[in-house]
Amino acid sequence: MRTNKKQYDRMVKGASPKSKVAKNCVWAFVVGGSFCVLGQILTEVYAEYMHFSLGDARQLASITLVGLSALLTAAGWYNRLARRAGAGTLVPITGFANAVVSPAIEFSTEGFVTGVASRMFVIAGPVIVYGTLASVAYGVILYVRARFGI
Amino acid sequence: MYIKYKKPVAINCWASVAGKKEGEGPLADKFDETVADDYFGKDTWEKAETELQSRCIGHLLHKKVIDAQDIDVVLGGDLTNQITSTSFAMRNFARPFVGLYNACSTMAEALLMGACLVDGGFADNALCLASSHFCTAERQFRTPLDYGGKRTPTAQWTVTGCGSVLLESAGQNAFITSAQIGRVVDLGVTDANNMGAAMAPAAADTIKRFLQESGTKAQEYDVIYTGDLGKVGSILLWQLLEKEKIVLSNHTDCGNVIFGEKQNVQSGASGCGCGATVLAADILPKIMAGELNNILFVATGALLSPSTTMQGESIPCIAHLVNIKSKKEVQKK
Repeated sequence: MRTNKKQYDRMVKGASPKSKVAKNCVWAFVVGGSFCVLGQILTEVYAEYMHFSLGDARQLASITLVGLSALLTAAGWYNRLARRAGAGTLVPITGFANAVVSPAIEFSTEGFVTGVASRMFVIAGPVIVYGTLASVAYGVILYVRARFGI
Repeated sequence: MYIKYKKPVAINCWASVAGKKEGEGPLADKFDETVADDYFGKDTWEKAETELQSRCIGHLLHKKVIDAQDIDVVLGGDLTNQITSTSFAMRNFARPFVGLYNACSTMAEALLMGACLVDGGFADNALCLASSHFCTAERQFRTPLDYGGKRTPTAQWTVTGCGSVLLESAGQNAFITSAQIGRVVDLGVTDANNMGAAMAPAAADTIKRFLQESGTKAQEYDVIYTGDLGKVGSILLWQLLEKEKIVLSNHTDCGNVIFGEKQNVQSGASGCGCGATVLAADILPKIMAGELNNILFVATGALLSPSTTMQGESIPCIAHLVNIKSKKEVQKK
C-alpha cells in the first residue's frame, strides 16, 4: 500500500474523535466533589453526634464510603455512574473499592481461591505495591531529614 | 490469495441469535432469536456463549429441517481463549469440527474454507459459524464488567451474538463465487481501544488485492460490507483506498448497522458475532429477496492478545473476503 506507518499515524489522529474534555471535567468535578462532600458530612456526623475523635471519625467516614462503593459495585450501579463521571469515580477512595470488588465478583466463577482471592487485586495491586514503595521512600527521606536536620 | 470456486457454492440456510442490547437495535426483528438474559440461563459467561452457539445451530437445523447427523463438517470460532465457546458447543454436537481463529474475521474465514471443502467435493455441506459475547470478551481483553472505567470515543462494543450459515453443493438462495485470503497487515496502531483504526489497513489491503486479482471494480458490487471497522475504521478505510485510487461509494460496515445512534456504543460494534449476525440477519435475507445481487463480505480481525498489548506491541490485523451473489447474478455470467 501507498501509506506508511508515519502517514497512517497522522490519518488515525485525524479520524479519531477526541474525548470531550470540558464535559468530562465537569462530570468528574461534580461527582468526585459529591463523594468528598459526603465524606465530610460523614466525618462531622461521626465526630459531632457520635462523639468519636476526629481521627477515628475520618477513618470511619472512609470505611463507610468504601462499603458504600462496594455495595453500589455489587448492584451494578457504580460502573454506570463511572461511564459518565470518569475520574470523578476513579480517583476517590470509592474508585479503589470498586477496583477491588469488581474483579472479585467477576472471577467468582473461577472459585474462591483461584478466582476471587487471586484476581481481587488484579487492578488495585499496582496501586498497593507502588503506594507502599512510595511510602517507604517518603519514610527514608523523613528519617534522613530528621537525622541530619536538613 | 485469490480463490475462484469452480462452481458457485450455495448458501440455502442461515440463522442468527443475539443478546439484549442487539435486540434493542435497528436489526431487532431480523434475528431468529434475541435473548434478554445475557447469561442465557447459565451460571458463567463462557457457558452462556456456548449456549448462544448451540441455540443458533438449533435454529439453523430447524429451518433447514435437517438432522445434526447430516452435517458433514463444522467450521467456526469465537474470541475466547482457545476458542472454548465453539469447542464446547461442539462437544454436544459431535460432528467433524475445524476450529478457527482469526479474531473477528473468523466468519469470512469459515465461509471461504468451508466453500473450498464443498467446492472440492470433500463435503456435501459445511456449517460455518462465529460468535462473540460482550461479557466473555470484556473480561478477557479488558476489565471486569463492574469496573468503573470510562470508554474512549474510539472504543467499540463487542456484539453478543452468533451467526451460522450452511454451505451446500447445490441450492438457490445465494452463492459464494470467489474469495480472498487476507494477509496480516500492521500499520503500527498500538491503541487497543481503537481497533477500527488498527484493522482498516488490513481491509484496504484485502479489498485492493481482490479487485486487482478478480479484475473487477468496486462500483460493480451492490454493497461492500466490512465486518467491524466502526465509524473511525470506516473513515480510515475510505481514505486508505482513496490513496490507491479506489473510491468506496457503496461501503457499509456491519459495526455501524447493528446498534442505533442512541445506544451509546462510541465508535460502533465489534466482535466475531458482529459480521456473522449481520450477514445472517440482514445481508443474506436481502440477497434472497433480490434486494442485493452482488456483495463483498470483508470481515476484519485484530490479532492481538492482552499480553501483546501489555508488552507494547502494535496490533497485527487481517481481513478475509468472500464474494456472495444472488441466483440471478450467478446465472447472468
